[in-house]
Amino acid sequence: MATTPKPEETAKIDHRSPLFEKGWMDKPAEPKPGIFCYGSKPKNLEYVGMPFPKEWNPADEDWQLPENWKEIIEEGFKDRLDRFRSLKLFMDICVRCGACADKCHFFIGSGDPKNMPVLRAELLRSVYRKKFTTGGKLLGKFGGGRELTEDVLKEWWYYLYQCSECRRCSLFCPYGIDTAEVTILGRELTNLLGLNTDWIAAPVANCYRTGNHLGIQPHAYKDMLDFFTDEIEDITGIRMEQDMNRKGAEILFVTPSGDVFADPGTYTCMGYMMLFHYLKSLGLDITWSTYASEGGNFGYFTSHEMAKRLNAKMYAEAKRLGVKWILGGECGHMWRVLNQYMDTFNGPPDFLEEPVSPLTGTKFENAKATKMVHLVEFTADLIKHNKLKLDPSRNDNLVVTFHDSCNTARGMGFFEEPRYVIKSVCNHFYEMPSETIREQTFCCGSGSGLNAGEDMELRMRGGLPRANAVKYVHEKHGVNMLSCICAIDRAVFPDLLRYWVPGVEVTGVHEMVANALVFEGEQKRTTDLRGEPLPGMEDEEDV
Amino acid sequence: MSIIVSSLAVLVVVAIPWIGVGALDLRVLFGIVIPYAAMATFFVGIVVRVIDWGRSPVPFRIPTTAGQEWSFPWIKRNPVDNPKGLGGVIVRMLFEVLTFRSLFRNTRLEYRRVDGVPKIDYEWEKWLWLAAILFHYSFLVIFIRHFRFFMEPVPGFVTLLQNLDGFMQMGAAPFNGFGLPGVYLTDMLLMAAVTWLLVRRILYSQMRYISLPSDYFPLFLILSLGFSGMLMRYLFRVDVTKVKELAIGLFKFSPTVPEGIGVIFFIHLFILCVLIAYFPFSKLMHLAGVFLSPTRNLSNNSRFVRHVNPWSYPVPTHTYEEYEDEFREHMIEAGLPVEKGADATAGSEEKE
Repeated sequence: MATTPKPEETAKIDHRSPLFEKGWMDKPAEPKPGIFCYGSKPKNLEYVGMPFPKEWNPADEDWQLPENWKEIIEEGFKDRLDRFRSLKLFMDICVRCGACADKCHFFIGSGDPKNMPVLRAELLRSVYRKKFTTGGKLLGKFGGGRELTEDVLKEWWYYLYQCSECRRCSLFCPYGIDTAEVTILGRELTNLLGLNTDWIAAPVANCYRTGNHLGIQPHAYKDMLDFFTDEIEDITGIRMEQDMNRKGAEILFVTPSGDVFADPGTYTCMGYMMLFHYLKSLGLDITWSTYASEGGNFGYFTSHEMAKRLNAKMYAEAKRLGVKWILGGECGHMWRVLNQYMDTFNGPPDFLEEPVSPLTGTKFENAKATKMVHLVEFTADLIKHNKLKLDPSRNDNLVVTFHDSCNTARGMGFFEEPRYVIKSVCNHFYEMPSETIREQTFCCGSGSGLNAGEDMELRMRGGLPRANAVKYVHEKHGVNMLSCICAIDRAVFPDLLRYWVPGVEVTGVHEMVANALVFEGEQKRTTDLRGEPLPGMEDEEDV
Repeated sequence: MSIIVSSLAVLVVVAIPWIGVGALDLRVLFGIVIPYAAMATFFVGIVVRVIDWGRSPVPFRIPTTAGQEWSFPWIKRNPVDNPKGLGGVIVRMLFEVLTFRSLFRNTRLEYRRVDGVPKIDYEWEKWLWLAAILFHYSFLVIFIRHFRFFMEPVPGFVTLLQNLDGFMQMGAAPFNGFGLPGVYLTDMLLMAAVTWLLVRRILYSQMRYISLPSDYFPLFLILSLGFSGMLMRYLFRVDVTKVKELAIGLFKFSPTVPEGIGVIFFIHLFILCVLIAYFPFSKLMHLAGVFLSPTRNLSNNSRFVRHVNPWSYPVPTHTYEEYEDEFREHMIEAGLPVEKGADATAGSEEKE
């Protein structure tokens, strides 16, 4: 594994290119350790029947390409041009105005000019022009065309897996060109040759087999929830058992498996459990599933088809259990997939009913077709209707800011509900600067399957703009907690913030909800869910 | 390199009619044949291109949601940046096309290091937006002003626009005394905006890095188009009545080339012909493309309205039955409900 340079080293970035130099077409990519992930392992590709499984290392000279690799890519490209208007259009209409250039967190953090969104797309465009347009065929390089060679393919791979598909560039593009869409389809092409990263291929194979990315088998999944049940009992004195795989429940709950397995997501998971228990006596009839135990969808970082194959489980399980509708946990790209693709992929879910909150009677009209409600909107509705007894002072040790996940922000438009919930459960909340939140939000730098350990330098670089904004509120308002509604965020922010902004921790929204939630008959709480003393309470104990 | 190639190309474009008309006197070719060919290329090219785009479906809803979605009645939504239906989409597109809304959001990165610690700011930057919008609107006004050359009688709005545009002739003192015609504001603005777009491309290292010959070429072309037009108006006057005769003839499909039109006019016309013939094959197609952009022209309603992918096909999935068959024993041990019970487990064991 590559060593990650110190922050002072990483910070030395120059965004200007020298005056006289070779054009980018003549400079092949130089893969740098720490900037890319390990290649996909054959067993993971084999498990889901992906083409050309092999042991390979991106650092090697020989990528073991099949004889006819060029035809495969060109045919795949043509096929996608015929199936996606977005791709065709985005290949044709860019004027290279440069508005997107300094909007990408990977460019800001690396200074590598090929990380400018325009150029990332141009890597594919140049081949497109040469192969599929008259001008490119005739004029060659002067028409912006470039022959597809092994170097070009490697360059594609290197930069396509340095994009977190966050769509920030698309917000600023005067024509709405979405580099994420180009990256998604470009990655589909690399997958035709078995060239993915193992950090994507392994979760895909795991999810296919066990229902979740981490490969947690059903009994282990139950063990985890049982463990949390014990933890919660220690803190509250109440046993909050959860229902699993139960037929005939009204609602199926699906959340990313990261919440079940990795800190600090586990505290968010305990938050879900406590909320569900709180609502049980009020009439909430909900079950978890071990089969559909993943909301996040790494298939989406492979191809549309793989995303569809993995996403199918949620509806299949809802049908099998006979629930009325589905509730989804705090997750980023899970919600992008749910919002933009799910019903088209796997619908129509006509065996489900239009979601209605059993506690407030609120009809979730915005989820009429997919029948999937976001847990945060569900909770926001509960709070609005005064269904929860909350004591926000239990979060007084926290000075909180909120990170909009790229996917729920620019792929959904989910801004107010989380803020409403956070402000209801904690007293100290501060926004980061306006050009770094909501639709202009910066990525955590590790989305779209980049959250591996071996590309830590890339992640620290990509996360720099977000960390910089956190640092601003940390210094100005003493913010010590970054909240988010994405499991990838919860998994990767701790590393990022330790690197750039020590002193700021990471939480999901429902961890704070559960901390504030006042249960009938609970023991006096002296710690929060993390076992840390609650402000004011520790003193009483001492006395 | 890109700059040199494209400026040479434009010099060639200028030289062709100069020689063609000035030396070889090929007036019919440059006055009639080439304009017709260019216009045909323009219209056919655009139609073919748009149809080609249209042939590829939009399988999924992928709007960029730049504001709060429609949810609860008590949450204020942003109907324009995150449209729920057709109305919102139309307003969003109008903003996009008429005011370049997305480009207006532009900021500029300010990267500094203070004691080795990076500080990142985002500065106000509207120059690109300003140059773009001035360029496009000036071009539009100039285009409409040209109606007076090929419409008889000249429509009222054209005259009005022309007078508004030329109001400088009262105020621009030094010019009046020399008997020059009024200076058009849009001529100046167009030239200034295009010059800025060019200078920006050359001066900013990021822009220089991403620029291709096909980025400089249209800029040089438009600059020389404007320059030749202004030369014609302010220095080498051409016989406007004869130009008009030619233009009206072209539009009535009974073209003639009157004698006595200066070469400069043919240069101007030829540059225009090259520009419009080049149009469908170039990035200038963003004019049509912006209307088709799926991140802007779709509403964000896929959670409450079902959309069908025209090429959707069935995919293999891992069914619950297969899942339970693999993990049944563990599930029973952990007390999780199963479909088939322990007998099936025994069966699968035998199989193994």
